[in-house]
Amino acid sequence: MPATPPVNVPEPSRTDPALIRNFCIIAHIDHGKSTLADRMLQITGVVDARQMRAQYLDRMDIERERGITIKSQAVRLPWTAPDGQIHILNMIDTPGHVDFTYEVSRSLAACEGAILLVDAAQGIEAQTLANLYLALENDLQIIPVLNKIDLPAAQPEKYAAELAHIIGCDPEDVLRVSGKTGVGVPELLDECVRLVPPPIGVKDAPARAMIFDSVYDSYRGVVTYVRVIDGDLKKRERIQMMSTGVTHELLEIGVISPEPKPSDGLSVGEVGYIITGVKDVRQSRVGDTITSLHHGATEALGGYKDPKPMVFSGLYPLDGSDYPELRDALDKLQLNDAALVYEPETSVALGFGFRCGFLGLLHLEIVRERLEREFNLELISTAPSVVYRVVMEDGTEHTVTNPSEFPGGKVAEVHEPVVRATILAPSEYIGTIMDLCQTRRGVQIGMDYLSEDRVELRYTLPLAEIVFDFFDALKSKTRGYASLDYETTGEQESALVKVDILLQGEAVDAFSAIVHKDKAYNYGVEMTKKLRELIPRQQFEVPIQAAVGARVIARENIRAIRKDVLAKCYGGDISRKRKLLEKQKEGKKRMKMVGRVEVPQEAFIAALSTDDSGGKK
Amino acid sequence: MPSAPPDGLPVPEDGSLPASALAEFAGASRPFGFYVHVPYCASRCGYCDFNTYTATELGGSASQGSYADDAIAEIRLARRLLGEVDRPVETVFFGGGTPTLLPAADLARILGAIRDEFGLAAGAEVTTEANPESVDPAYLDTLLAGGFNRLSFGMQSARRHVLQILDRRHTPGRPEQCVADARAAGFEHVNLDLIYGTPGESDEDWRASLDAVLGARPDHVSAYALIVEDGTRLAGRVRRGELPMPDDDVLADRYLMADEAFTAAGLGWYEVSNWATDVAARCRHNELYWTGADWWGAGPGAHSHVGGVRWWNVRHPAAYAQRLAGDTSPAQAREVLTAEDRRVERILLELRLSDGVPRSLLTEVGRKAADRAVVDGLLLPLAGDRVVLTLRGRLLADAVVRDLVD
Repeated sequence: MPATPPVNVPEPSRTDPALIRNFCIIAHIDHGKSTLADRMLQITGVVDARQMRAQYLDRMDIERERGITIKSQAVRLPWTAPDGQIHILNMIDTPGHVDFTYEVSRSLAACEGAILLVDAAQGIEAQTLANLYLALENDLQIIPVLNKIDLPAAQPEKYAAELAHIIGCDPEDVLRVSGKTGVGVPELLDECVRLVPPPIGVKDAPARAMIFDSVYDSYRGVVTYVRVIDGDLKKRERIQMMSTGVTHELLEIGVISPEPKPSDGLSVGEVGYIITGVKDVRQSRVGDTITSLHHGATEALGGYKDPKPMVFSGLYPLDGSDYPELRDALDKLQLNDAALVYEPETSVALGFGFRCGFLGLLHLEIVRERLEREFNLELISTAPSVVYRVVMEDGTEHTVTNPSEFPGGKVAEVHEPVVRATILAPSEYIGTIMDLCQTRRGVQIGMDYLSEDRVELRYTLPLAEIVFDFFDALKSKTRGYASLDYETTGEQESALVKVDILLQGEAVDAFSAIVHKDKAYNYGVEMTKKLRELIPRQQFEVPIQAAVGARVIARENIRAIRKDVLAKCYGGDISRKRKLLEKQKEGKKRMKMVGRVEVPQEAFIAALSTDDSGGKK
Repeated sequence: MPSAPPDGLPVPEDGSLPASALAEFAGASRPFGFYVHVPYCASRCGYCDFNTYTATELGGSASQGSYADDAIAEIRLARRLLGEVDRPVETVFFGGGTPTLLPAADLARILGAIRDEFGLAAGAEVTTEANPESVDPAYLDTLLAGGFNRLSFGMQSARRHVLQILDRRHTPGRPEQCVADARAAGFEHVNLDLIYGTPGESDEDWRASLDAVLGARPDHVSAYALIVEDGTRLAGRVRRGELPMPDDDVLADRYLMADEAFTAAGLGWYEVSNWATDVAARCRHNELYWTGADWWGAGPGAHSHVGGVRWWNVRHPAAYAQRLAGDTSPAQAREVLTAEDRRVERILLELRLSDGVPRSLLTEVGRKAADRAVVDGLLLPLAGDRVVLTLRGRLLADAVVRDLVD
């Protein structure tokens, strides 16, 4: 294996497209993509052993710790093929999770080939399968690879057969590598040169480059990753974003190998980065087409979409005085996250916060975790909600992302988003999974055996049923063996109602929920019970009701407190009593008032935080 | 006194008080009292978190024999610190601990020192707490001769199994006998203390205790809900699940039973936990605490209040004796009350009394809260623009106070 880069390597902007191979790696989260990428960096000599560190390409700490890659990057690797010709391999790292399907699709659109990387001890997962289908849709050359063949639990024969069955190749064509030991990696690189088609573009046409990733860097501003489809981009020229018409100067252009290396430009078929000095990834959007300002292209590349938030949740600081910090933190995160949207929101129960929109649940979790970790905020989030379209009898329409905004009055129809879900699991769990999907209002659309004992189930499910705890339930019911992928496919009309939770007749916004009418009763019973346990007794009886419109469907009572007095009061007790009173007064200030009912914020938080927010069984 | 003293400011070594406190003390028309804390018990009761020690716990370091001399030394120090102001003592109260573990003559000698240094007002109330098992007629005669005129017996319950949980050593019936003995000896005022809500106590047990008290015909009764204080043996037993925590609803029921029985027997409430046959039978010493009057607390851990300054003595008898032997003040720390502190204290103390609180003491927010509490049936308007707790309000007094002090 070469330890140093070969000489006479083609330079960026002067590379013959015939020598270029653009490919990505499609893999499940823990199937060893980053480790394989590490080996490729070493074997091609762009990183020496001294500089090597695990998961080299995953920049953010949070990614390194969770072992997942959120932001993709492109690395230029020189590789001498068996014919002695030095080729340029551009390895494009793809995001690995369901919430980032659109980003994945753009990364795939930047490639001509894809390594389908599967753990030889686990087999393919639903997410990988979904991305594989995406790659096939993009006409990518697939190179099937089993990783971790060094593991004692590896079953390469079994999973090679499975992969061959899925993509329709010979099991003998499935490569076997170990990212950990490096076994098979040089052969894999040779196969990339042999199998992945070189890019085809028009060199003399006006420049068209597709943005497949955009990352905010606090020193450089936004770093944008592009694949040049036609023509070329040159250092210091003025460019234009075709979706917005906004123009920028190319302050820097170059390739990553694996550190940024500025170049004179990027030409047809090449992959690299540009820096224009913009500070917000919204000004450099994934999927957009970049062209030259002068003699630019008139037609953008296809496939651009605005990121569309699918899941909404209220984020509130535990300590109300942290509200300005939360706002600043969201402002900063948004610089690097074009899909994150938010607007101020107030809640009786939780005070001031933000209604935030996310691509999905993982996106929500990542944002929340970054807010807590990087900005030292303690947060409470309300139950995730999807976007409902409510049509009234008079024909007016409302878009509802927060259950408390569900319109009163005569509702004619409620539409909710639905997804096409793919579940892969050992066949022994078919019954369990079908039961689960049934209770979540799923409709089966298909089932296929991937191998004798592995099955693929396809369902249409309301997104709302998935955003709660579907994945956790699926995992626990299949002892962790099932994997899930889904994509939104539209909306359906459903018998949905809003359940309000009332304390002494006053609705508590944070607990309103939009649920199927068959589940309204369950939600009401569970929530009222939970609140009865969490809310301290008051000087008067407090009824807790769950109601759909004016109809009460569940009721609990918090009995009035009857004794709140310390019996004794001697001379030595007075200071202590006064100090206790001062402390209690402080505590009282932190109480949230719902009508006359004093509720400690902790009670709201506990009711929202518990794993099961009710009504979902 | 409570187990944990509050944090406070340091006290000068000689114990001297701020000039403002001395000036207020000299010019005040309110009563002045003396509390004497006797920190000894034959054994420690499982529920008790008072500053008290058994002979074993002390290990001979601060003997009961020298206690009277130490207390007298502090009384003399009090005289020096308060100056030659003519404020005869209206009330004296010996508490503990178990004051009657000391020879009656020692108690009389301490009272004598108070009389010598400050003078006793005509008709002064002089009380000692007494354990039913530690007094006999001869002891009572000595106390009476020494100037005592009021006795307070710790009865707690008429039921053997309840007394056992409380670690009380006397047998049922004994406190009632003590009341008769006290009357026979010539004591004008006798109190019985009761505790309700002890784990294992039934409504019927409580009823029996109430009947026993009323049968003994004291002119004063105190009834306290059992408080499971942190750090006590009882708290440990509750924590380990050996005994149930007293339930607030049960405590409320017991209180209502007590108030009904006492009222029917002619004992009227005048403070949340205290009932008396008439105004003259009320404990004037406790009233002094509840109305922000001045008192000097002598003895280990005792609290004092003079002219807006509160302080508390070191808690251990040995440390206490050592301070006095070195001619330094036994005060450990003190606090100087602000006008707002005193307003808040007045509300939280006076609201517990049957005379109630003047509305003029409340802010506008507090007055609104009072109006609300009247509507809610927790307060009752009295003549003279005062408000007083209703029966239900007494059980929620702390909650009402929280609303009124805003």
